[in-house]
This record gives sequence, C-alpha cells and structure tokens, in this order.
Amino acid sequence: MSLLSISASPHVHGDNSVKKIMWGVVIAMVPAMLVSIYYFGLDAVRVTLIAVAASLFFEWLFQKILIKGPDTYMDGSAVITGVLLAFNVPSNLPWWIIVIGALVAIGMGKMSFGGLGKNVFNPALVGRVFLLVSFPVQMTSWPKASPITDGIADAITGPTPLGIVKEGLDAGLTIEQVMAQVPSFMQQFIGGVGGSLGEVSALALLLGGFYMLWKKIITWEIPVSILLTVLVFSGIFWLIDPTHYVNPLFHLLTGGMMLGAIFMATDMVSSPMSRNGQLVFGVGIGLITVVIRMWGAYPEGMSFAILLMNGVTPLLNNAFKPKRFGRN
Amino acid sequence: MNEVLIYAVGSLGAIGIVAAIILYFVAQKFKVYEDPRIDEVEEVLPSANCGGCGYAGCRAFAEGLVKAGNMEGFNCPVGGADVMQQVAGILGLVADVTEPMIAVIRCNGSFANSPKKVQYDGISTCASASVLYAGDGGCSFGCLGEGDCVAACDFDAIHMNPETGLPEVNNKCIACGACVEACPRDIIELRNVGKKERRIFVSCVNEEKGAPAKKNCAVACIGCSKCFNVCPFDAIEMKNNRAYIDYEKCKLCRKCVDVCPTNAIHEINFPVRKLIVKEEKEKAKKDTSAAEAKEAVSTKTVVSKNTNEVNKTEES
Amino acid sequence: MQTFKLGGVHPPENKLSAESVIETLAIPKQVIVPVGQQLGAPATPVVNRGDEVKVGQLIAKASGFISANIHSPVSGKVFKIDNVYDASGFRRPSIIINVEGDEWLDTIDRSDDIDAEIKLNQKEIVNKLNEMGIVGLGGATFPSYVKLMIPDGKKVDYLIINGVECEPYLTSDHRLMMEKGEEMLIGATILMKGLNTDKAMVGIENNKPDAIEHLKKLATKYKGISIHPLKVKYPQGGEKQLIKALTGREVPSGKLPLEVGCVVNNVGTAFAVYEAVQKNKPLFERVVTVTGKSIKKPSNFMVRVGTPVKDLIEAANGLPEDTGKIISGGPMMGKAVLNAGIPVVKGTSGILLMPENEAKRAEPNTCIRCGKCVSVCPMGLEPFLISKSAKLAKFDVVEKEMVMDCIECGSCSYTCPSNIPLLDYIRLGKNKVGQIIRNRNQK
Repeated sequence: MSLLSISASPHVHGDNSVKKIMWGVVIAMVPAMLVSIYYFGLDAVRVTLIAVAASLFFEWLFQKILIKGPDTYMDGSAVITGVLLAFNVPSNLPWWIIVIGALVAIGMGKMSFGGLGKNVFNPALVGRVFLLVSFPVQMTSWPKASPITDGIADAITGPTPLGIVKEGLDAGLTIEQVMAQVPSFMQQFIGGVGGSLGEVSALALLLGGFYMLWKKIITWEIPVSILLTVLVFSGIFWLIDPTHYVNPLFHLLTGGMMLGAIFMATDMVSSPMSRNGQLVFGVGIGLITVVIRMWGAYPEGMSFAILLMNGVTPLLNNAFKPKRFGRN
Repeated sequence: MNEVLIYAVGSLGAIGIVAAIILYFVAQKFKVYEDPRIDEVEEVLPSANCGGCGYAGCRAFAEGLVKAGNMEGFNCPVGGADVMQQVAGILGLVADVTEPMIAVIRCNGSFANSPKKVQYDGISTCASASVLYAGDGGCSFGCLGEGDCVAACDFDAIHMNPETGLPEVNNKCIACGACVEACPRDIIELRNVGKKERRIFVSCVNEEKGAPAKKNCAVACIGCSKCFNVCPFDAIEMKNNRAYIDYEKCKLCRKCVDVCPTNAIHEINFPVRKLIVKEEKEKAKKDTSAAEAKEAVSTKTVVSKNTNEVNKTEES
Repeated sequence: MQTFKLGGVHPPENKLSAESVIETLAIPKQVIVPVGQQLGAPATPVVNRGDEVKVGQLIAKASGFISANIHSPVSGKVFKIDNVYDASGFRRPSIIINVEGDEWLDTIDRSDDIDAEIKLNQKEIVNKLNEMGIVGLGGATFPSYVKLMIPDGKKVDYLIINGVECEPYLTSDHRLMMEKGEEMLIGATILMKGLNTDKAMVGIENNKPDAIEHLKKLATKYKGISIHPLKVKYPQGGEKQLIKALTGREVPSGKLPLEVGCVVNNVGTAFAVYEAVQKNKPLFERVVTVTGKSIKKPSNFMVRVGTPVKDLIEAANGLPEDTGKIISGGPMMGKAVLNAGIPVVKGTSGILLMPENEAKRAEPNTCIRCGKCVSVCPMGLEPFLISKSAKLAKFDVVEKEMVMDCIECGSCSYTCPSNIPLLDYIRLGKNKVGQIIRNRNQK
C-alpha cells in the first residue's frame, strides 16, 4: 500500500469543473446553431467551423509562445468564443475576415490579458466590434434568411429589422409605416429574419438560456435585468410617443438583444461576482443599448453596451459586496 | 502666410517664456531643503532596495544615516565593508568593522536521512504546512521542503535541492535575513562566514528527547552532550535536548565534530582529509545502532554534509 | 422546512452506517490518554508511573479556567507519562496506562435505568460538569461548564441541541438519538436547569426521519423541549447557521451565541451531561463512527478514550487495501491523520477511511471568476478575494474582507470548478491576520 496522504480539509470535492461548465454552454448554444443552419444553410456551417477552428488554433498558438503554459485549448472556452463569434457575424462573411476576427478575439481579447480567467472584456465581442469597425461593409450585408427546405437561396442581401427601422425613422417615416416593412413579432421570435447567425431566433436562444439556468451555469440576474431594463426604458418612450418610438417588444426580439443578454453578458470572467453587482451590470447594459439604438449612429448597440459595462465591472465588484452574516 | 507664422510662433513662445518664469519661481518657493549628503550617500549604495539594512530602501537608509550623524547600527549587507567605508568617507565618520555573515540551514533531514512517512498533498508553502502537520519525515522541527525561504530570497542565493528536499545556500548570500524571517520553523540562522570561510554548526534544531528524535531522522541531535563535554572553549550550550554552538566563541578546533555520534555537527570548507579519518573512527566506534544503519549513516552523511553548502572552490 | 438562507452546499450524504447499532468496542491492552484533549489549557497529571487506577478515576486536573479534568477510561497501572504523537505528528504529553480488568469507581452508578429526577440545583450542575470533565462533543471540545456560566445581564432564551450531524458519513449522533434518546433529552433538561431557561429546541436534519419520529414521541414527556426537522444542507450544524435556522436570529460578528440569547450543545454532550449528573459518571467514552466506501463493515462503536484508532479499524473488519487517507472526523472539516496508532480522544466523532482515488486532490486551474464560492459561503464572504490576497501576502485586504468571520466549513473549496484550494489560503490569511490583531492589541 502506498503512503497515506495528508492535506487540510475539505477532503472531498463536488462535481463542478471548468470543462463541465464550458461544454454546458456549448450544448446550450446547439439550438441556435441548428436554427442558423436551417435558415442560412451550408454557409452557417462554414462560418461556424472556420470561427471555431481559428479560435482553437490561436488559443494553442498564443498559449505556446506568449503565455508558455500547458495546453488549454481542450477546456472548451476557445470553442465557446469561436461559436459566439460566428453567431455575431453574417453568414456570407469571407473566411479571412473570420480568421482575423478569431485572431483579435483570442489574441487581443483573451490571451494578451493572460488567458482564461484574466480577461476584462468579452473576447468574442472584442473580435466582433473590431470586425464591425474595420470591415463595415462586409459586416452589415446580411443574406436573407430562407429555410434550406426551400432550396438553395439566391445571394440576396438585405437589412435587418433594426436597420430598416433606423433608416426609416431617419428618413422621417412614422413607426406605423416602418413597422409594416419588418417581419412580424412571431417571426422574430421563432426565426427567419435577417441578421447575424445567432441572432435570428429568440426561441432557440431562450431554450439555451433555460438549459444554462437549470445546470446552474448562469444566474438569472444578468439576463433578466437587461431585458427588464430594456422593456421599461424603451417602454416609457413608446408610451409617450408611439409614432416615433418603437414597441419595446421589438427591442427585445431584434438584433443581438437575446444573444447578448443570454450568452455574451453572462460570460463569468467579465461580469461582476456579486448578485447586486450583476443587477446593476444588467441595468447599465440595457440603458446603454437602448440609448444607442434610439439616438446613436449604429442601429445595434448591444456589443458596445456590453463592452462598456465590462470595463465598469471591477468598480462594481468593489462597490457591491455580498450580504455578510452577522454584520448588519 | 508669414504673418500667421510670426504671430503663431511669437504668441506660443511668449506663453512658454512666461510659464517658465512662473514655474521657476514656484519651484524655488516650494523647494524642500535636503541635506546634499543624502544624495551623495545614496549614490554609493547598491540600489538593491532589499531592506536587508532594516530600512525601507536605499534612500531611506541614506536619510536615516545622515540624520543620525553616526554609523552605529547602520550596515548595508549587500554593499558590505567596501560600501560602508565609502559612506564613512563621505560623512567624515569611522565605519564599524562588521563580520560578514551568511545564512545557514540547520537541518539535515534529507529524504535519505529522514524517509517520507506520508505524502503531503496541500499547497506548496511552508507557512501552511507547518501549521497542518509535523512533516513528512515525522520530525516536527525539521525542514518541510516547500521552499518559502527560496521564494523570499532576492539574491538568488538559496535553492531547493530536489534530491535531498532541503534548501542550499550559495555564496551569493549577503545575509539580509529574508529567509530567516520566512522559515516558520526557525531553521535558518545568520552565522558568521568564518576565517577562510570555515564554520561549524549543529545541523539540527530538534527539541525532542534522543530516542524519538533518532527514530525520525538518522542524523538528529540527540542531546547526548558529548560535544559540550569536549569543547575546550566553552562554545557549546545544551538546551532543550539539543546542542548549540556559539559562533563568536567557536575557534574551529573540530573536536565536537569528531565526537558527535549522529554526525549532526557539520564542518564547512575544511580540508577533506579529516573526513576520511572520521569515517575510520566511525567504523571503529561501538555504536548501539545496527551495523548496516551505521554504514548507511556514515556514507550518506559524508555525501549530505558536502551537499549542504557549496564549497569555496566550486563555481557559484 | 427551516434552514439557513445564506450559502451552503450539498455534498453526498453517504450515511453508510446509519443503520448500524452501537457496539461496545473491546477494551484495548494499553490506552494512551492525551492531557490536551480539550480547547484551552492541557490538564496537569495527578498520577505517577506505577500508580493503580480505576475506571473513572481522576488522572489529570484542569489547569485553568478554560480547561477540563481527565478521567481514566480503564483500570490498571500507569505505565508512563510521556510525549506521544497526535493526529498531526506533533508530540503531546499523554498518560499511558496498561489495562488490567475493568474495575470501576464505586461512586459511579452503572445501572441502565433511566433516571429523570434532577436532584441538583443550578450551581451544583455547573460544578458537576466541571468535575466530570464534560466538554463539547461536537468537535470543538470546549469545556461545557464554562458555557453554563452566564454573566450578569445576559439571559438565555433557548437551549439549542445540535442533532444535525451535517457532515457526510458520520452517524454517531444519529445512533445516539435512536438508542439513548430519552437519556439525551433528560440531559437537555439538566442543561436547561443549568442555564436557567425553560425552552429547548432540538434541530435534526431531514435525512434522519427515524430519529425525528423517535424523539418527537419521547419529547412529549419533557416540558419545554421541541423537535425541529431541518432541511439537509451543509453546514446546517454550524452554530451560527443552526441558530439562524431555528430562531431567525443572527449572531453578530465576533460575538458568542449568548449575545442573541442562545446556547448550543451537541446531542453527545447532552448525553454525557445526563451520565455525569444522574449516574455520577465522568466523560471517558463516546460513540465513534468507523466508515468509508471501501470498508467492509461501516459501524458505530462505543469506545473508551485512549483506544488506538487501529483497534477500531480492525473491529470494522480491517483497513481496506486502497486507503489513501485516514480522516478523524468528517470529510468536510475533519483532520487527515498521519498513522493509525493515534488514540481516540474526547473530540473524535468518526474515523473515515477514504480510498486513494478520492483522496488525491485534482490539479488546480486558473480562477474563472464564476462566483460560485461567493454564492456558497454561509458567512457572506468572498473566498476568491481572500484567498488571492492571502497568496499575495496582502493581509490588510484580507482583514478588511472579514476573514475572521470565516468558520472554515470548506464549502468554497468544495464547490470551486477550478479545484483551487481556497480554504488553505484563507486559513493562511486567517492565521496571519489573527497574529497581526493580537500584536496590535498588545501594544
């Protein structure tokens, strides 16, 4: 019999592990992946595979030459970044832009800070925003979503519902006129609207969200506070002037709102540690997103809002401590 | 076009001159007078900012020194006697002649001498291990081998030997005392380097009675007092079941090394010839322990004695 | 169902020995009785080498206010008084007795009849507990009579009896409640008299439905005692968490439970109080669980203090081949033991033999800032922050983050997905900050 071992207590460990969490998130993203393949066909598969492969490659490369530690690409976090990056781009994006996106996301957004657990900003969003700013044309021409059962789609591109509304309002149309041009709420909920790969179906994203809540991978504070803030804030304006402000439900269902609230903002590394901090984090994201959508130059504000609030996270961590036992 | 240029250069130049004049007067008004000797002293100090002198960095040492006006209690271990002479020259004082010191590891409980009885699976710091348990060799006074001393050293002077599990000090050590602080078992002591770098010390801090001490470690000090009895200079003190050699009184005669039954007393940088004679004496001596153990102890101890500190002749 | 709200984890219960009736373990040939079995000062031996002693005879006297008497668990001759290895490998003074027969002091009532009539008054009860060397058997071994000395101005609203046993694997309290339930309740009544209160609450976790049933029936005979089933959550048995769950009161940081009018005692202590007051029997034996996944016969034994642990393992059909760790106590807060030759002491609640594959700690990973450690801490601390600051030696931050409130329950290390040994670093910080505070107060 080998020697007895000795250590301090506790002598048992629960079944939580980093791998379990990461692969749990990947499983939660599967419904949205399937929906994207249904509406965008093989292009969706192409974009996703390239993004994931590039992310894995860069993670291995930077770990080897920059951080010089043991290999980490197998823990699943690079796969998540790759899939999320794919979800944030149109399905007709050229392959080399995707690779650049992965390089920036992993290299700048994650590895330059020291690797897993040390990044301040959400890596997939860093990559996405970099691409948006550097390749605005390619990043904003979305193919029309048509089910693969209808046959291979023609390479028709068109604006997203958010884009339509923004342009319409800027051009002076009223809400009624503008809303006539966008798909119905039900369609926005299920899918089939134009947009980046992962944005199209709120239903699929919600399914993933509930899976993660069940497996205790995320907590309800961030998604709920984001969506509620958006609802209330945009709702106030809609109630005051329904001819110039869009229905809050529209805000909830379009663009990267669901994707951001459920998958991007809840990234554990870049979000606050305490429950109260997370609530404030969500409120901030909701407010900034709506402000950009209503009065900013971009039709979509979610990515910028999340990145800005990621920067505020250390302050939130200092300001919001958990409720102490026996100290009130 | 030229007009614009002249106006631009002229106005900016005027602003610059006015700002410079204002700044000059403000700097003069708020100037803090500092004894210029502080800068001079700081200049000759090694700038290691290690805290070995007891002050918060070289500047603080210089300030304290100039303010005190005398050299008592001021010693820069990194710079040594050279630097202190230079400082004395600047201040017009006489430097204390201090004996150079070195950190000494007073434990020889290597894996060979004190075999592992349990596997430690906790965090790699001695501070935590010392509170948790006695040690994987069984001796509750010995080195835990997790390397807090190595981590504390700023001068690359102490390293863990993976074969013995004990730390080793080389001659980069300037006796700043960081490792002494770091060791939770007070195993490391600053002792003088000695004439021709020779020194003798008891390599054991075990306070257990002889029998249990020997059971855990083959080279433990068992408090038999043979060394105390034989020392002609009264340099050895017996306390808490162990011997301690006062380095000020020790005259390096090595009589204690010869009589120690467990080879707990170490002699450093002496000619090798003495050790062979020691080995013969060991074989001839009647010992209570089994013949095999005796052999193992004498060969192992010769090896471990020499690996405990780097000899002067070896490259550092 | 009542429970504490903040934090907590759910380790698998593994109550393998819950059905095993308490067996009396055979008396060993030699006992090793350490004099430092209690919190506070070690006792001073009052016997010498060669003295004949009887079971229950005083062999070491309490050496201060926070100290306890120690009585001989066997009859025989004192072999020697020497330093003997304890669980962590440090040598502690102990009295070693060679056993001859099993002769008890004739002042001890050895009958089994249940005596419910309490003849002593409050002061006499306190003195009796001191005389009989009763200490807290929940693990802390705090001298019980000190807990009964209520300073002027403070009043006890509730005596709380801790029958929770939230540690996985341990079942000694469970079996004691099942087999000596009435005696334990009488002990609780004695404690109520000693504390000058008329209300007692017994907290029992919901995974012991038979004990809850049994005690509920018995409690009808004893005024003022109510039985409260509690939700299964670790660390439900922690003093502060138990008080919160049963009474809703929070013990303020740095203060004792008496501050909110409560005093907590373990069921084992209550039973020992019964035996001390009603049977004049000092504390020299207790129930110890011997358990583990590989062990052939998980059991509960009534053991004399001083019995070497290897005797208990032999009685449970031997040390399994794949044992990687021997733990005194439960897996969450117990102490890993260096060898099985150490004696059972008053604070030994169980011996857990853990197989090698479970005993080996996994390699720690980098912190992914998931916040799980924060959500499970029952004291509302931020383990990741305290641990990191302690590692970087930033002890001012460690103190500011209220490390002294930490009850060292281990929930944080248990739940960390990256296997970071959070509690190890937190303990380091706690020790250092404790030193700093002591130095500061001395100045």
